[in-house]
Amino acid sequence: MIVQAICFYLFSAVAVASGVMVIAARNPVHSVLFLILAFFNAAGLFVLLGAEFLAMILVVVYVGAVAVLFLFVVMMLDIDFVELREGFQRYLPVGALIGCILFAELVLIFGYWVLVPGIPAIATAPALPEITNTRALGALLYTRYVYAFQAAGIVLLIAMIGAIVLTLRARVGVRRQSAGAQVFRTRAASVEIVKVDIGKGA
Amino acid sequence: MLEIGLAHYLTVAAVLFTLGIFGIFLNRKNVIIILMSVELILLAVNINFVAFSSFLHDLVGQVFAMFVLTVAAAEAAIGLAILVVYFRNRGTIEVEDINLMKG
Repeated sequence: MIVQAICFYLFSAVAVASGVMVIAARNPVHSVLFLILAFFNAAGLFVLLGAEFLAMILVVVYVGAVAVLFLFVVMMLDIDFVELREGFQRYLPVGALIGCILFAELVLIFGYWVLVPGIPAIATAPALPEITNTRALGALLYTRYVYAFQAAGIVLLIAMIGAIVLTLRARVGVRRQSAGAQVFRTRAASVEIVKVDIGKGA
Repeated sequence: MLEIGLAHYLTVAAVLFTLGIFGIFLNRKNVIIILMSVELILLAVNINFVAFSSFLHDLVGQVFAMFVLTVAAAEAAIGLAILVVYFRNRGTIEVEDINLMKG
């Protein structure tokens, strides 16, 4: 129990601290790296909650794909980040005010709110202790939520197509290999046999 | 204090959510940081989902956390693609310069 508590406080403290650094770091590359740290610690929290599969998905999808995508874009765009940080001080008070109000509201909700005692008994998909988390999740995802799962796949497909269509551009003045033209060359079009008289060749 | 309950996880999620909102206000000019703040907000939502799922012994929360993850990945990909196209056309990513559609 004590180990669990220590782990919880460690993970959540690092996650919150790196969350602060994400929004406060001067260099966006550092922001992305702190975002990765926050995701890792959130994955640790998920493991503590018994959601191992989701923790691994978080590490693979977020750290492996999304954060690296962010890193790519930050490094690819040639941006003057100092200029973009203008107004940081100006927006600080109003942002802090709204953040404090929001946090106070959330704490008030969580503080004065209790579960109905009989809730765990009417859970629609009870977590069974005898089978693993991944197996239980798969059994639920591929049966009752199969349409939602397919819809998620379509969302990803459309996002992929959209991203490709948005960033693809046909540049002019670029020399490219044309495999089709190479394949469809004929002998007649590319080779010429010349009879040269003896002694008259250049 | 040592007994970690639902309220602890909800508090962490609330802090992360607030940080995300705060980040949007703080970095009004930098679209990349705003996108990262949105990712933080979605992470907080996921922590809420998983915490409730764990404490109510109901797996549906984890299923929906997975869908949130999917949508977050799609959103990041599309957002960054739009950002790249915008930078290519305008040479800047300042949010205040995004006014082409004002007419």
